[in-house]
Amino acid sequence: MIEILHAGLLTTVQDRGRPGFRHLGVSPGGAADGDALRLANLLVDNHPAAAVLEFTLTGAAMRFRREALLAVCGSIEIECDGELFQSWRTLRVRRGSTLRLGRVVAGARAYLAIAGGIDVPLVLGSRSTDLRGRFGGYLGRALRAGDRVAAGCATARARRLLARRLHESRRACVAAPWWVTPPDDLEGDYTFLHLLDATHSRGLDRASIRRATHGEWLVSAASDRMGVRFDGVELAFERPPELVSAGTAPGTVQLPPDGRPIVLGVDAQTTGGYPRIAHVIAADLPRLMQLRPGHRVQVVRVTREAAAIAWLARQRTLARMSEAIAGRLSVGES
Amino acid sequence: MGLRENDTRLVIQELGQNALLLTLGERIDAVLSRQAQALARHFAKAGLAGLVDVVPAFASVTLHFDPDVRIMRSRIRALALAALSNRSDTEAGDATPRIVTLPVTYGGDAGIDLESLARFANLDPDTVVARHVAQEYEVAMLGFLPGFAYLMGLDPALAMPRHATPRARVPAGSVAIGGAQTGIYPSDAPGGWQLIGRTDAEMFNASAASPALLSPGDRVRFRAVKSGKSR
Repeated sequence: MIEILHAGLLTTVQDRGRPGFRHLGVSPGGAADGDALRLANLLVDNHPAAAVLEFTLTGAAMRFRREALLAVCGSIEIECDGELFQSWRTLRVRRGSTLRLGRVVAGARAYLAIAGGIDVPLVLGSRSTDLRGRFGGYLGRALRAGDRVAAGCATARARRLLARRLHESRRACVAAPWWVTPPDDLEGDYTFLHLLDATHSRGLDRASIRRATHGEWLVSAASDRMGVRFDGVELAFERPPELVSAGTAPGTVQLPPDGRPIVLGVDAQTTGGYPRIAHVIAADLPRLMQLRPGHRVQVVRVTREAAAIAWLARQRTLARMSEAIAGRLSVGES
Repeated sequence: MGLRENDTRLVIQELGQNALLLTLGERIDAVLSRQAQALARHFAKAGLAGLVDVVPAFASVTLHFDPDVRIMRSRIRALALAALSNRSDTEAGDATPRIVTLPVTYGGDAGIDLESLARFANLDPDTVVARHVAQEYEVAMLGFLPGFAYLMGLDPALAMPRHATPRARVPAGSVAIGGAQTGIYPSDAPGGWQLIGRTDAEMFNASAASPALLSPGDRVRFRAVKSGKSR
């Protein structure tokens, strides 16, 4: 059981999301950074899609009413009973201890996995919070101070690891001596996104095409799980296409009439009617959702083939990391 | 029968790496909407490997795939053309559509934009209500919010552009007009449509076996009830 003492800006329960219900207007949602979700879960021997807590720009303070095996992924300040810890590794907290997650220091979001997963009811096949539909997750809303969140049943291996580490020390929190290297470098305030052309890319006027690819796109403070909004670049069509609402996909770069691009996020509406000027490649979606207000982005146009290769490379990297974690967990057990 | 000249133009576009958008046109009308629904039914039954979502809209169907499957575009095109050439399926629509009647309290606190819409339409509010309940509407698609149904068939005299600045919170059950369409907000949400009334009908319940009250192809009628009597 986790007691929320202070919930931070926006802390929600998220898992892999709920695809399959878009025809009802339900976005798939799920963890904004799906790769961080997967790695956090693997570090505590969970199913890779188990439910975790997602923090936005700031963390939360939590008291653990039982000892717990945890992992924090994302770049965030971690403190437990006066001691500082690093993310991307497993942590064992003693019963009654308080874990304080502070600022997200790089990127926009961080994740806390607990062995056994966050235990909230499955709604439409997922434990993710649908903030717009107000269902799923913890009572369909973001967490608040005073909420109590339960954890599911940890694997036998996770329980053995927990018992072993905690008995070696009297500290409130013990970190594993190894960690994983995050798949994305989120340091600094400058990054890039790879874009595929979309239906209306060619309709942009010449000056806009130049501005889009040579200028920097500035992430706006109005960005959220629905979409990453950009300032600092204004684009226009030669003649704006007239469209009726149609299905949308995460990563689609829409151009509303004000000329400032919006890249659809995991919670985006299932349908929309703005012109589509590009699509962020699938391999870049986790990094897209880690962009924070003020980040400067250079966009790079790539081919379909390059996008497919980037996806395969990303999956290979994650598979290698997963194997390394599994290996470490079994060594830790012996 | 194949597709004739000047017939529906099927265009297939990629939405990034994992989705295809199949468009039949760029306008809102009952014929395109029924074709899109028939196309969606066809794909929902086709059993394509890795197909996770089939989303019908006004004049299109979007297919979302698992990122680890290869999308066979030529096969999808062939399937779509086969579905569209089956005229009995695409043109008639559902022979016996489901008719859903929704009780609505019009005006007052339940429909705070009724007066201004009446002025905009140059009608008195009672006539706006009379014209709104007189029509039988057809659900074209769900989108915007879980369970939000876009209804076709609004009396053109009642059309009014949405608010330039959306309201931060529109209450659940609000019956609203946005441009030439009408719809019902299923949950409290920000929104820019003109609010003319409110229904107590539950439009969406994620825990129900069939979460959305309305599906594409359903017919909808509104019935005016006196304030407070819709419960």
